[in-house]
Amino acid sequence: MNKIFEVPLYPYRRHADQDALSPAHHKVAVIGAGPVGLAAAVDLAQQGVEVVVLDENDKVSFGSRAICFAKRTLEIADRLGLGAPLVDKGVRWSIGKVFFDERKVYDFNLLPEEGHKRPAFINLQQYYIEEYLVKRAREIEAGGAQIALRGGNKVAGITDHGDHVALSIDTPEGQYEITADYVIACDGAASPVRSMLGLDFVGRVFEDNFLIADVIMEADFPTERWFWFDPPFNKGQSALLHKQPDGVWRIDLQLGWDIDKEQEKKPENVTPRLKAMLGDDVEFSLEWVSIYTFQCRRMEKFRHNRVIFAGDSAHQVSPFGARGANSGLQDTDNLAWKLKLVLDGLAPDALLDSYDAERVFGADENILNSSRSTDFITPKSEISRVFRDAVLDLSEHHAFARPLVNSGRLSMPCTYDGSPLNTPDALPLGPARTRPGSPCPDAALGNRFLLDGLGDRFTLLTINTDAPDSLTESGITVTRLALSDQDDVTGALTARYLGDAPAAVYLIRPDQHVAARFRAYDDTAIRAAIRCATGQDIQA
Amino acid sequence: MTADLILTPNMDRPDDIYAGLLATHEGLTKDASDALNARLILILMNHIGQHDVLAQALQAAKSPEKG
Repeated sequence: MNKIFEVPLYPYRRHADQDALSPAHHKVAVIGAGPVGLAAAVDLAQQGVEVVVLDENDKVSFGSRAICFAKRTLEIADRLGLGAPLVDKGVRWSIGKVFFDERKVYDFNLLPEEGHKRPAFINLQQYYIEEYLVKRAREIEAGGAQIALRGGNKVAGITDHGDHVALSIDTPEGQYEITADYVIACDGAASPVRSMLGLDFVGRVFEDNFLIADVIMEADFPTERWFWFDPPFNKGQSALLHKQPDGVWRIDLQLGWDIDKEQEKKPENVTPRLKAMLGDDVEFSLEWVSIYTFQCRRMEKFRHNRVIFAGDSAHQVSPFGARGANSGLQDTDNLAWKLKLVLDGLAPDALLDSYDAERVFGADENILNSSRSTDFITPKSEISRVFRDAVLDLSEHHAFARPLVNSGRLSMPCTYDGSPLNTPDALPLGPARTRPGSPCPDAALGNRFLLDGLGDRFTLLTINTDAPDSLTESGITVTRLALSDQDDVTGALTARYLGDAPAAVYLIRPDQHVAARFRAYDDTAIRAAIRCATGQDIQA
Repeated sequence: MTADLILTPNMDRPDDIYAGLLATHEGLTKDASDALNARLILILMNHIGQHDVLAQALQAAKSPEKG
């Protein structure tokens, strides 16, 4: 059977750039065609920015890799035009069970909040997301967008000349050069671009190894997340069982530090471990096995003049909490509209520094959360194991201990408190969850959803109050979305955007984060907020 | 306003409370006692509940000579 990750999707083809007398110039070059690089390229291209994607391979990634995609990612995918296929293919789950030693200590239901178009999480192999992104790239290319995927193109050299970047690219037919206004490096945790530029990547290495296996089986395990602390089949360690589409199950087994990775990866060593976990009578086959050691670290800065890092190349976290790919997509969500405005001459180059400020803040939040999960799952001292076990013992009988059990704090979008793009909150009675810097929570409006009405442009959301249908400030056009109590059939809009205020005006960024909010439309204040949100006032 | 950690006598029957603590540990191995202490600390932390007070308590336990 031909698996999708064995099919070349963007095989090497000779391009006219390779025969050009002087290097061809591109607006943006994205290095790396993983989920983050592809999302960046699709986002830019569908906003009218010319982009070329370079990757030394020509296929989606091998094995499931990232499997848990959070609501915010699905909302970003909606904006990119691929939310529906992801959700249709993905497995939804909301029940989690926690086991300690031989017994189940408790279960939980994520009980997703009502009034959102997208579920809290889906499980889906990373290769499907990449496949859908490649399809989407082809689709918008056919519609006239300038987006090129170049497989078999390995970036071998990079030089930032101040006002442009030069790239040397190795291909099966030799080397060629291109130039670009900006480069987005999405080339993963081992980022060759980062190494070529001699940039730092500091943080904490966790001394542990995890075996991950994708197992195909027809088993009647329910669609739930099962997490074991110190199970009988993996004494002193942890284990995770999670369902993916196509009858594929993801199993993570903690192995400890002092192991022989090559030996442990062999099927004759993996199979007995899985039999001990699943039972002797369960038939299964191994699709993919990998062993990983993880680190929690980030670059000091994600922006280096015209070379901008996004995803794992910029920051790495432990896998607990699904904060890797999800945060990478929040990076590109944050970056694409800013780069578009800068390239169009509508915002100063300094707007890109706010990408650095906001996403470094997000990365620190993710690193903090995933480090804490790791410290709980893998206690680093005798006393921390004593407390960990005490929490688990108590959690079986007492509800108070359950919030302390930490098998991963699942990815939530970051609120950019303190961002230079925020205007101070001018809606004192408004809910805290939609204060400036917040990602807009969705709200059901009869048979439609709020986020579908926001799109990828600046929006002026007005609730129960009047405002112009559109306005233009410093070349930036803002379109009004007018809503009122009559649209709020479920009460979600009031709860999430009004609180105790009778009316509100929100200035919402293209990445659907709140830039400013007011009690009513005030032309001077709104124009100042637009300038602030587009970096017009930042001193370069 | 943040609450202050109480560091003046506050137990209604101090001798009985202390004897109860020792009696609870009686006959336990070191490991079992350590586990009991950990559970007890977590139960009491939940009862107190306030981050500020607990932060002061952690500090007072770490450096009893200060304050």
